[in-house]
Amino acid sequence: MKNRNPIWDFFASVKLALFTLFFLATTSVIGTIIPQKETAQWYIDRYGEASANLFQILSITPDMYSSGWFLSLLGLLCINLIICSLDRFPGVWHQIKADNLATPLTRLEKMTPQSQWQSANPPTSSASALKTALNTHGWKAKERSLDNGILLFAQKGAMTRTGVYIVHVSILVIFAGAIIGSALGFKASVMLPETRTTDKVYTFDTNTAIDLGFEVRCDRFNIEFYDNGMPKAYRSHLSILEDGKVVTEKAIVVNDPLSYKGITFYQSSYEPYQEFLVTITNKKTGLSENVIIPYKEQHSFEKNGLRLGIINAEGRGQSVSRIKIWLTDDNGDPSLFWLDDGEQVTVERTKNNYTVSAKQMYATGLQIAKDPGVWTVYTGCALMVLGLIVAFFMSHQRIWLYIREESDGKSSILMTGNANKNKVHFEKIFQTLTQAIKKI
Amino acid sequence: MNSSQLIGITTFTYLFSTILYAALFIFKTKRLGPLATIFTIVAFLVQTAGIGLRWLESYQMGMGRAPLTNMYESVVFFAWTIILIYLIIEWKFKTKIIGAFAVPFAFLAMAYGSFASGITKEIVPLVPALQSNWLIAHVVTCFIGYAAFAVAAGLGFMYLIKNTSETRQSTNDSTLLGSLPPLKVLDDITHKTMVFGFLWLSIGIITGAIWANSAWGTYWSWDPKETWSLITWFIYAITLHARHTRGWGGTRIAWLAIFGFVSVIFTYYGVNFLLSGLHSYGSN
Ligand code: HEM
Repeated sequence: MKNRNPIWDFFASVKLALFTLFFLATTSVIGTIIPQKETAQWYIDRYGEASANLFQILSITPDMYSSGWFLSLLGLLCINLIICSLDRFPGVWHQIKADNLATPLTRLEKMTPQSQWQSANPPTSSASALKTALNTHGWKAKERSLDNGILLFAQKGAMTRTGVYIVHVSILVIFAGAIIGSALGFKASVMLPETRTTDKVYTFDTNTAIDLGFEVRCDRFNIEFYDNGMPKAYRSHLSILEDGKVVTEKAIVVNDPLSYKGITFYQSSYEPYQEFLVTITNKKTGLSENVIIPYKEQHSFEKNGLRLGIINAEGRGQSVSRIKIWLTDDNGDPSLFWLDDGEQVTVERTKNNYTVSAKQMYATGLQIAKDPGVWTVYTGCALMVLGLIVAFFMSHQRIWLYIREESDGKSSILMTGNANKNKVHFEKIFQTLTQAIKKI
Repeated sequence: MNSSQLIGITTFTYLFSTILYAALFIFKTKRLGPLATIFTIVAFLVQTAGIGLRWLESYQMGMGRAPLTNMYESVVFFAWTIILIYLIIEWKFKTKIIGAFAVPFAFLAMAYGSFASGITKEIVPLVPALQSNWLIAHVVTCFIGYAAFAVAAGLGFMYLIKNTSETRQSTNDSTLLGSLPPLKVLDDITHKTMVFGFLWLSIGIITGAIWANSAWGTYWSWDPKETWSLITWFIYAITLHARHTRGWGGTRIAWLAIFGFVSVIFTYYGVNFLLSGLHSYGSN
């Protein structure tokens, strides 16, 4: 089975693993000290022409972590993991599947921990009694007749030997997920003003337009504040449209995105405008109109001689919280009133009543990601945690009992066992088990 | 009594615990042993109450959030976890001297949180990006890992101190260091503590990635903090492999435990102040 090929051995060695991990750890430091993803000019301004050039030649800037040499190191780690696992796993599998009833008695006699005692019964009845006793303590024993006695064997956690391999495979699964994500996915963003619709978003790295295949509309954006003025929530009400029809909608906030057809929309930033979204409804006719009115400009509604303007606004920073409106129709003096951002009020005029609502207009900054590899990555993460728990805290425990026939028809019993890890703990288990079944 | 007072008290009680354990170590007055333990347990309970109360207070202030989201709260939790892990080790391995090397870390963390300038102790509400249960899971798991690594570093120190003295003179119980656990035991506990920390650091990195993905749609962006946590993770992975497959032990593992913890401190603390990135919320 083993063709000890030096190249194979090189890639299977733990020395190479230590070397690769060490290099990954040390080189990773560089990219945390030299800022990444800045412009060429930025590096020149910061470090001078010569250093900036050197960094670029060494692919330290602008993006070291996706440079050829860094990815090669990660690739080397993967090859190392694969070859190392292929090299060792068959042996481990052999141990898991081993016929432990074939273990030579000479080996059992030398094994520790060990215990010996006599039984007044002949081997067959001793053996079946011991088997039942083991069973009641959770050890399912198998049995085989040997020349002058009976061998019992029971084990727990044989499969835990795979723990280390689960960890190693999990790393490969995570890498696979990352590759799927970067090959088939994208990261993009878009600034979408309220009431507007888009079917295109723009990638982070090259700013190329990506066609979503459907449309997304920002119906409304608002900010909630805590009493002390800190922002509490940024909320965008989004609608997804197919062929002009709304198919789904959701109010997204940071940490709670909207997903549609594998594309996810994240709340990321916003931009306040010096414009207002005004909705006005004529109570008599029931007609309603939505308009965008710039600050301190007047808007005329042609049909009914209605005119409206935003003449004052108050707020925090660039966010408006109160708005003063001026409104008139052809009858009577103009109405002047304040309303809260987003509030709806009824305005009573001599001949007609209106409901008016107004809010400052924003654009919501959305981050858009398509990453079909995420669930692969998460699966890898789950496998890793599982594998670590198994590798660190579980062990393969084995127990043998050899029941030898004595000349007088009685039997003598040799009990021994071992564990591949945490031997102290196993010895305790062994002692209690011995005490429990010796009495039989 | 409010949470700040309770937490403030623990800074001093951990100092006193440190002194008790140090006295136990230096003067070997066995009577001090139970006293040090009981005192530390009480201090730990006071701190637990303080953290719980702080949580409650945040609800009374109308912003209900776990007390785990800024530098101050994280050092308090760090200290709390160090003491918890230490007490478990004391109970499991029946040895008290380790306290002289582990409890000081908790005191230093508390002292830093209480007295360093530029650390807000007020309960401030959470900005939108921090409102996530994954963040809580992330902070808790990372800090369990960090605390385990702190204890492992303390054990590494003990190992080195004991080791140098043993090579100079034959150990006997009358020397100062004779009261330390045997080297083999120290080596074993150091390793086990690092293994425990490695598991939690792994979960911490994973929950952080899930949080980032739910907030920004990218589970990994090579931001300095993320990268440093990965560097730390590599260091401990190297340590585990060196021990498991190349039989490293003793002095080398003790040094790696210390070295690893230096990386932890840089990940936790250095990155916020020396480098920039997404996690800079920690700098206030
Ligand atoms: C970041 C990457 C890696 C991680 C997180 C990792 C994790 C682990 C863990 C947790 C163990 C168990 C150690 C113990 O029980 O104390 C282990 C064992 C081991 N690892 Fe890795 N490993 C990594 C990379 C590698 C690579 C690249 C190799 C390639 C040679 C390798 C080879 C081994 C071997 C041979 C063992 C011992 C297996 C045994 O018990 O028979 N590891 N690894």
